Order: sequence, then C-alpha cells, then structure tokens
Amino acid sequence: MTHWLILPVMLPAFVAPFIVLAARYQIGIQRVISVASILAVIGIALGLAWQTSDGTVMLYRLGDWAAPFGIVLVGDRLSTLMVLLTAVLALFVLLYAIGSEWDDRGRHFHALFQFQIMGIMGAFLTGDLFNLFVFFEVLLIASYGLMIHAGGTQRLRAGVQYVLFNLLGSTLFLFALGAIYAETGTLNMADLSQRVQMIGPDATVGIRIAAVLLLLVFAIKAAVVPLHFWLPSSYAEAPAPVAALFAIMTKVGAYAIIRVYTMVFPPELEVTAGLHGWWLLPAALLSLAVGMVGVLAARHLDRLVAFAVIGSMGMVMVSIALFTPAGIAAALYYVVHSTLAAGALFLISDLARAGRANLDLTAQPPMAGGTVTAALFFVAAIAMAGLPPLSGFIGKLLILDAGFASGSAVWIWAIVLGSSLISVVGFARAGSILFWKAKSVTPDEDADPAMAPSCLSYTAVGGLIALLVAHTVFAGPATAYTDAISKQLFAPDAYVETVLTTKGKLSDAPSQGEY
Amino acid sequence: MEILVASAIGILTAGGLYLVMRLRTFPVIMGISLLTYAVNVFLFASGRLTVGAPPILTDATTYADPLPQALVLTAIVISFGMTAVVVMIALGAYLGGDDDTVDDQPVEDAQ
Repeated sequence: MTHWLILPVMLPAFVAPFIVLAARYQIGIQRVISVASILAVIGIALGLAWQTSDGTVMLYRLGDWAAPFGIVLVGDRLSTLMVLLTAVLALFVLLYAIGSEWDDRGRHFHALFQFQIMGIMGAFLTGDLFNLFVFFEVLLIASYGLMIHAGGTQRLRAGVQYVLFNLLGSTLFLFALGAIYAETGTLNMADLSQRVQMIGPDATVGIRIAAVLLLLVFAIKAAVVPLHFWLPSSYAEAPAPVAALFAIMTKVGAYAIIRVYTMVFPPELEVTAGLHGWWLLPAALLSLAVGMVGVLAARHLDRLVAFAVIGSMGMVMVSIALFTPAGIAAALYYVVHSTLAAGALFLISDLARAGRANLDLTAQPPMAGGTVTAALFFVAAIAMAGLPPLSGFIGKLLILDAGFASGSAVWIWAIVLGSSLISVVGFARAGSILFWKAKSVTPDEDADPAMAPSCLSYTAVGGLIALLVAHTVFAGPATAYTDAISKQLFAPDAYVETVLTTKGKLSDAPSQGEY
Repeated sequence: MEILVASAIGILTAGGLYLVMRLRTFPVIMGISLLTYAVNVFLFASGRLTVGAPPILTDATTYADPLPQALVLTAIVISFGMTAVVVMIALGAYLGGDDDTVDDQPVEDAQ
C-alpha cells in the first residue's frame, strides 16, 4: 500500500500549522511556503491522476484497518480529476492573492487557505460517508475564516448568514447519516452500495427518507434553487480570491451527488427509484433560469458573478439529473470549465475595482489598467455565457446532446438556450457599462490616480484564461477522459471490489458476516 | 423508552426550527444548538436502544453498538466548535453594525 493517496490531505494539514507557528509575522515566508505547498500538491495530484487514468482504483486504509471497519480513502478517475482541478485553481488564486496583497489585509490567510485545501481534497478522496461529513466541516470552518478575512461590518453580516446556513446544512447531513446507519449498519460507500440492494421492497421508508435528506444536503452545497439563498451575498461579500476559491466548493456538492447517486443509490435501484431524478431536473432547470436572470438583473458586478455561478451550477445539475453516462460525462466537462471560468470572473471583478469607488454597474471614470481588464473580462464572459469559440460552448453542446434522448428534452433545450441568451445580454450590458461608458465620464481632477493592479494579478487571471483555452483546444481528449470517468462510475464493481476485498487488519475476523 | 427518546428528538427539533426562523442572531444560535442536541440523540438512537449491554462484541446476544457513540462524540465536538465560531462572528457583526438581524438586506438600503 503506497501512501501517496493521503498526501494531498496531509501536506496542507501539516503546512498550515507550520505557517502559524514558524512564520506568523513574516508574510514573505508565508507566501513562499504556501506556494511551494500548493505546487507540491499539484505534482502529487498529477501523479495520482496519471496512476488512475487507466482505470485502476487506488485504496488507502487508514491505520491499515480493512473496510468497512476502518476509514478508507479511494482514488479513482473522478476523484483524482477533482483533486487536480482544485490544486490548479488554488495555485492561481493564491498567486492572485499575493499579487493583489489581499493576503496581507488580515491575519492567517495562508494557514486558512491550506486548511481549506485540506478539507476539499479530503472530501474528494474519502470513501466513507461520515468521513465526508468531517471533511465538509473542515472545509467549512476554514471557509468561515477566509470569508470574513480583512473584516468589515458588511462582510461579517454576510458571514453570519453563511455560517448559520451551513450549520443547518450540517445538522441535516447528520440526520441523513443517522438514518442511513440505522437502516444499513454501515457508512462505507462501497459497503453501502451492496447493503442498500439487500433492503426488501416492504421496508423502504427509512432509506428513502435518508436518500432524499442526503440529496437535500448536497443540493445546499451545490446551491440548487431553492436552496441557493446563502450564495449571492456570501460570495459577493467574500474577498475576491476567496470567492474564486469557493468556485470549487459548489462543485464539492455536485461531486458528492455524482458519487453517491451513481454508486449507493443508482438510478435503477428499485428502493429509491425515481426519487432524485424526479425532483432534481426541475430544480436544476429552475436554478439555471434563476441564475441567468440574476446575471441580467444584477446591479453590482460581484453579485452578477455570484448569479453566474448559480446558473452554471444549474447547468451542471441539469446534466447530472439525466443520470445517463453521456449526461455525467458532459457534466464533468462542464464542471472543469465552470470552475475555471467562475474563478477567473471573481478575480476580474476585483481587478475592476482598481480606481473605482465600488462595483456598482454605473458609469464611473475609467479604472486603472482598464484595457487589459476589459480584454480579460471579455474572454471570461464569453466562456461563462457559453458563446463559441470557448469551452462553455462545447460544454453546452454536450449537455444539449445528452439531454436530447431524455423525456423532458423540450424543457432542457428551451431553458438552456433561453438562459444562454439572457446571460449573453447580461454580460454584454455589464461589460459595456463598466468599460465603454467609463470613457464618457470625465475623471475627477483632484482624485489621486489609482494604482493599476500588479503584474502577478494579471498573470494569475491570464493563467486561468489560458487553462480555459486549453480546455477548449484539447476538448477531444478531455471529453474522451470524461467519458471514461462516467463509464467507471456506472460500473462501480471494480471500486466496490477493491474497497471490500483488499486485506487489512480485521479482514479475517469472524465477526465480518455477523450483523 | 422508544416513545420517550423519539418525542424528545421531535420536541428539540421543533423548538430548534422555530427559533431558527426568528431571524435574530441570539435565537437563531440557540435554535441551532437545540437542533444539534436533537441530532446527537438521533445519531445515538441509530444504533438501537439497549440498556445495560456492553459496547463490544462478546458471546452475549445483546450488545450496544459502539459506532454511533463514536459518531456522536465527533458530532458533539464539531458542533461545539462551530457554535463558538458563529457566536464570535455574530458578535463582530452586531458590534460593528449595531444590528443583529440575520436577514439579507438590500444593498441599496445599507448604503
């Protein structure tokens, strides 16, 4: 058993307290350690993705206890892809935070950032539902700290809401876990997938409630309408680099839905048949519509981006809700695209703040460094709205194609295409107010000229945009890989077998078959 | 005993939900505390209610399931920490803004 699989979790977990203990007052040293740690995590993530790309399932037994008695970490194609995506996004966000000096506006940015990465990585890698809850809490408690980084009453108020909403979500998660344990006697996902099938058709009440509760919890994380209310104000008020990192947090919800509802409660499972499919698709279409209408209606650039995130999550969930191999593959392609695009847009909204009083969509004098910012906004908005030639367009085509065979194809096509039009209008309106109308306003002579954002900030945003372009250019290999992921997800036997039959402590204990 | 435990969970949850909807930080935090108590008892009961049985597998036919007890311990610690965090943030927001509603005010009003 190699120990590589746990390193994306352990490395940030050790680096964070080291930063607090050893470099508490030296922001320079903190920056170096933090970037080095993220670079190392990217290296490890690349190695893990390479290892699992041929379909092998990596298993790490904590304390060498065999599943289902011990907790296991499992790496397959899906989880290693998400780990890699998180690490890459984290690098650019971190570079931006350093370039814009956001990390120096409050204490402990880098330590909290590392803890956040630790939680997200753990959530993607774990093979145990209760452990998933614990990692959710790790990433949430770090995000509470990051969300109110640099303080300010407005931000603290948004923070209170964010924390309270997530506490309610955690409580719901625990109720769901208790119900699942009461019904099946296990919380290991691979073990669950076998035990759920053993439940007779006359005793399904408990497990059905548990399945729906769990879906609710993940839908809160993924900000599916009508559970999205926490997102706009908290993402808009959070510091820009933090909001950009949060772009991956909604995807944790989407990941958990894909993982649990393809393996534990697959669509063909009789006990919970029709439960999630019936509810999820309308909710997803609604969030797509609400998000894109929000883009058009927003009066502040940061709120506009937050609604764009809701809309793109809606798009992802539409594709997931089909629960077909093609649908999941399209959703995964879109997940990568929308994480990078949302991250870039949040960073750009911070670039646009240079020299402006606020982010209201009103005509104000041109911002410092406005030309480059405008160009970046143009590209990122094209990507987010799903216009050709960028990856948003390809992702949308894949989703439309996957939805064509479904019974509600009319709804899917109408809402996806209609909301795309609305979002194009919304982004065009925002861009023209911010960057063109600025020319018609004469700047105040007395005002100090604002500093243009630093080179490093532009590099960070440019890097994210370059990744989006690469995601478009290499769309062929990317879709082939997401197809492979979705094939692996719909044939979970290899996963289940690896987890349950690999020997460890207690493997041969007589008690295994008892309860 | 089942009725006692079940109704305790029900009453705690109902009280918690009522308080959460008050939209002022103090009642909301109290409500969330009540909800976490309810969920702790619920988790505890998910391993079935047994009296006077050892929490390990022995030759005896009845035993208390030890796993929910471990889960409850984890849940208690986490909810305790989270409550402390939310109290601090809520205090900061209240002292800064002299207002303890948890509502999302229109930004126009705030400026």
